[in-house]
Amino acid sequence: MLAKRIIPCLDVDKGRVVKGVKFFDHRDAGDVGECAVRYDAQGADELVFYDITASHEGRDLMVDVLREAAERVFMPLTVGGGIRSVEDCRVMLSNGADKVSINTAAVKDPQLIRRAAIRFGSQCMVLAIDAKRVQLNGKEYWKVYINGGRKATELDVVSWAKLGQDNGAGEIVLNVMNADGTRAGYDLEMTRRVCEEVDIPVVASGGAGNLEHMAKVLTEGKADAALAASIFHFGTYSIAQVKEFLRAKGIPVRMEPQMAGAGQGG
Amino acid sequence: MLAIVDYGMGNLRSVAKAFEHLACPARITRSTGDIERADRLVLPGVGAFGDAMSALNSYGLVEPILSFINSGKPFLGICLGLQLLFELSNEDGQHQGLGVWPGCCIRFDFADHRQGRGLKIPHMGWNTITRQNQCPLFSDLPEVCYVYFVHSYYVAPEQQDVCAALTEYGPLSFTSAAWKGNVFATQFHPEKSQRIGLKMLQNFIDFQALGSV
Repeated sequence: MLAKRIIPCLDVDKGRVVKGVKFFDHRDAGDVGECAVRYDAQGADELVFYDITASHEGRDLMVDVLREAAERVFMPLTVGGGIRSVEDCRVMLSNGADKVSINTAAVKDPQLIRRAAIRFGSQCMVLAIDAKRVQLNGKEYWKVYINGGRKATELDVVSWAKLGQDNGAGEIVLNVMNADGTRAGYDLEMTRRVCEEVDIPVVASGGAGNLEHMAKVLTEGKADAALAASIFHFGTYSIAQVKEFLRAKGIPVRMEPQMAGAGQGG
Repeated sequence: MLAIVDYGMGNLRSVAKAFEHLACPARITRSTGDIERADRLVLPGVGAFGDAMSALNSYGLVEPILSFINSGKPFLGICLGLQLLFELSNEDGQHQGLGVWPGCCIRFDFADHRQGRGLKIPHMGWNTITRQNQCPLFSDLPEVCYVYFVHSYYVAPEQQDVCAALTEYGPLSFTSAAWKGNVFATQFHPEKSQRIGLKMLQNFIDFQALGSV
């Protein structure tokens, strides 16, 4: 049976892992390579590196970080943040990334994902959506935000997710900003709506604070995977603890078997 | 020397890194001489079946790959590299494969399955394999093995004896690994399957073909 995935996200600034609350106030959370190895040992199902510097120097450091991680851990790696062109995708994929996540550039150029999917395959194109619940004249809208959550667009979250699928995205990461970094729980309603409207896998992001939140987004929220950052970086829970909890609830998760001596070559 | 076939598709570096981690240097190559001289050959690949066959044809790699397989030396196909071993694929039109084994590639389609409603395509993530024979790739592995998949097509071999492992996705049970003699192939990505995957690659390195020189 296909397991629900638990994915730690590493926000990377100038080659270091940081974690902010609601997109601001970034605190240093460690060395990227060490974090990757630690999460690998704990049984993470994938890793996401999100470049929040997005300057040219930052981009070069990101490629270095990616190459280092890809030599040390053998699991799917996704890179996002500041990816603007098919060439940016190529650079990341040829340096060890398995998937590339596109956010702002996909809004500015909706054909970018299509062009990259034709070249590299849908399986490596991820549409990342920063979503926010917005109240306007007494009515609630679910809007897509860009530029690291600083700029609102007119796009509706659910329609944008469907368009992303039509354009060739192979996966969607739905980051609900109202919840991001608050540890108050994922947005179950919005996650479920997006999951029901698309046929590609959906990764829930934003708001993980305790084990029950993770369980809920994978059941009530219908997400295929749960992404989290702060609860892992600051050691609130280990990935193994999360998985034990989910397994006890009957949610299918991959447990890392004990294999003495395997994979110790090199 | 272990050679990895470079036909411009797929994350070859990941495959090479995994072998290097196991102290087995790998050469990424499209030279027919390298393929001929190699002790072991790996055909990785992600992307579309038709594009992959076109690329193999345009680089003149079909004959060298088939000769290698016929030589009896150990061969491993990964993901698209498994699918290419079969005769046919209906991915965006009909395409001829390498034809090492009879059978074809089919797209996941759950539209008519009640149980399959809501299943996502691609089949992406970690799933278990159920072994069907004593395939040496799986030596010394634990009973339950999770491995990493990402694919929208699967193979339907005509000869059941090539099926080395089955995996369930919703209502469907498909061939997730194939093996006959010196030819191994996995639908999943051992190079992305952490310790379990690395152990399979180690088993491939350790495999000694019967009657090989």
